Amino acid sequence: MDIVRRNNVSVTGNPDGPTVVLAHGFGCDQNMWRLTVPALAEEYRVVLFDYVGSGRADPSAFSQERYATLEGYARDVVEVHEALDLRDAVFVGHSVSAMIGVTAAGMMPPERIRALVMVAPSPCYIDEDGYRGGFSAEDIDELLASLESNYLGWSSAMAPVIMGNPDRPELGDELTNSFCATDPDMARVFARTTFLSDSRDALKNVRVPTLVLDCTQDVIAPREVGAYVHRAIPGSTLITLDATGHCPHLSAAGATNAALTRFLAGLR
Amino acid sequence: MARSERPDPHETGAAAAPGAAFAALLEDSAEELYDGAPCGYLSTLMDGTIAKINATLLDWLGVGREEVVGRKRFTDLLTVGGRLYHETHFAPLLRMQGEIRGIALELRRDDGGRVPVLVSSVVKHGTTGEPLLIRSSVFDARDRRGYEEELLRGRKAAEAARTQAETDRARLQDALAVLQQSLLPDVLPHVPGMETAAHYHTASPDRLGGDFYDMFPLDAKRFGFFLGDVCGKGPQAAALTSLTRHTLHAAALHDADPVAALTTLNTVLHARYAGGGDPRYCTAIVGTLETDPATGQAAVQLASGGHPPAIVTRADGTAEFLPTPGGLLVGIVPHARFAGATTVLAPGDTLLLYTDGITEARTGADRSTLFGDDALLAFTADHAGRRPHAVIQALVGLLDSFGKGLDDDTALLALGVPAPDQYTETTP
Repeated sequence: MDIVRRNNVSVTGNPDGPTVVLAHGFGCDQNMWRLTVPALAEEYRVVLFDYVGSGRADPSAFSQERYATLEGYARDVVEVHEALDLRDAVFVGHSVSAMIGVTAAGMMPPERIRALVMVAPSPCYIDEDGYRGGFSAEDIDELLASLESNYLGWSSAMAPVIMGNPDRPELGDELTNSFCATDPDMARVFARTTFLSDSRDALKNVRVPTLVLDCTQDVIAPREVGAYVHRAIPGSTLITLDATGHCPHLSAAGATNAALTRFLAGLR
Repeated sequence: MARSERPDPHETGAAAAPGAAFAALLEDSAEELYDGAPCGYLSTLMDGTIAKINATLLDWLGVGREEVVGRKRFTDLLTVGGRLYHETHFAPLLRMQGEIRGIALELRRDDGGRVPVLVSSVVKHGTTGEPLLIRSSVFDARDRRGYEEELLRGRKAAEAARTQAETDRARLQDALAVLQQSLLPDVLPHVPGMETAAHYHTASPDRLGGDFYDMFPLDAKRFGFFLGDVCGKGPQAAALTSLTRHTLHAAALHDADPVAALTTLNTVLHARYAGGGDPRYCTAIVGTLETDPATGQAAVQLASGGHPPAIVTRADGTAEFLPTPGGLLVGIVPHARFAGATTVLAPGDTLLLYTDGITEARTGADRSTLFGDDALLAFTADHAGRRPHAVIQALVGLLDSFGKGLDDDTALLALGVPAPDQYTETTP
């Protein structure tokens, strides 16, 4: 299988620089990193991709069973690393991708990923005894209902145009909301897998240098969750960005890029 | 306006009232228009903090201006699920595109109620391009949402029904395929010194066919065989086929004489169906085959009940019908007579049995002409002298060439004595 095509992998930046993999979270696609890439491109080789079921990844590769668990998405990450034979890459994951990165790192030999950056991570979104993730199971059902009410420009007629033409991105760019246009059935699977996941136990196994970035105001990953992740990963660094919302790489790109490049420079 | 230059006498009186209304509209201040608009208006800072909100939206929310301005963010007005959606889709898209339109969300009223709305937002940029604030308009979508939910429910129901129908159809086709196979032999038995070949064309995977054939040993020297066509299609035809096939087999084992076997079948079918007021019948050719190792020849004995005559192709390149005149449909009358016939197959000769699916295939540009008996005879003559497998293969090619003109099931059975120089050919 052609993984590069399947996951709509794009490689940009400095081909001789260290590799940084940018992984989008639930919702949109690799376009979420559009303000991050310019800050890295000069020094780093930047790898972007879309998870199967998102963006312009090949929808025919989707399977309800595989993507019902974070491991399924983590296999996408592993397969992208293997297809490009990435070594000593820094994996930057936003939102659920941060935990997908932790899972994927555990599935690969250590030479593949040398460090993790977790942007607005949460290892568990639903409240449990002694843990506050911020949401109840009913809240997640409400999100699923919102997904059903908003197809965001996705339609079965346009999907082949959006997803089937990785060589001709201009076709997709014409379409409003195409960054978040996803087959509703696949989006529902990703939403369920994301928000019903509990990967708190995986955090203690992280053995690589890790930067945790959270935001001052984030309803999805509140500060206490960021602090939890930081405490659970031995030796990790926590930086709280002065940002509102769940996407600091868009809403506070300058501060996010500064924290990211400082961490990357420290690894060299 | 052209009308003001040439006033219509009938409208002058009425014109005063619209004029007054228009003047009143002009007096409506922009502020009043903003506050009293039939939709909600909302301006927030880039971090979502509410900076300005109109009276309509405050009324929908059931809160006072001082409770929200500078105190709440846009997401605070949403349900929790809506907030998740806002953070994962709405906000990123608004950042990337500078605008977003018609997103369905729900507002939380102060009293706990919910208002379904459609929200459109644009980012206002400063002179140097930096984003300054977000302007949103909010439309009441209660009726529309109800309608959409109806559609969504309908879609889900249709989806579930479609999945169920596909599953049912697949299961039915599997069952039909198994049933159909049970009506035909898995393989033809090996007949020493002879070659046998058969083909069954099913007109539709959704429909059980009504054609049948079989071949089986009768004793140490002889083999029995038959081929036929029952009336009708579908499950009832399949039941009739099953009864016919097993009756013929048992009758032939009891008395190998083909006329006797057909007579027994006639008695059984007539008693089972016509006796009960539901006449069902079939056509069939039944026969026996006895090879003589000394001469390499095979003696054939046949009987037909209303079935198209068998064709014999000879080693010399000719083909002929083997007439079995006067045979009646099997099962129609209580005491039917059946005509017998005999022939001898020498090396290079082949006996071909077929059902009328092939002769009644429609040919020609407008598919109005039947292929016919003579054309079949001529076709087989072209393949006379060839081994049974080769003849069947050629006939399958002929069936394929009919395309949509072939709309009935077709059974083919060829029994032949290969010529000595044909023994070297490998059996497919």
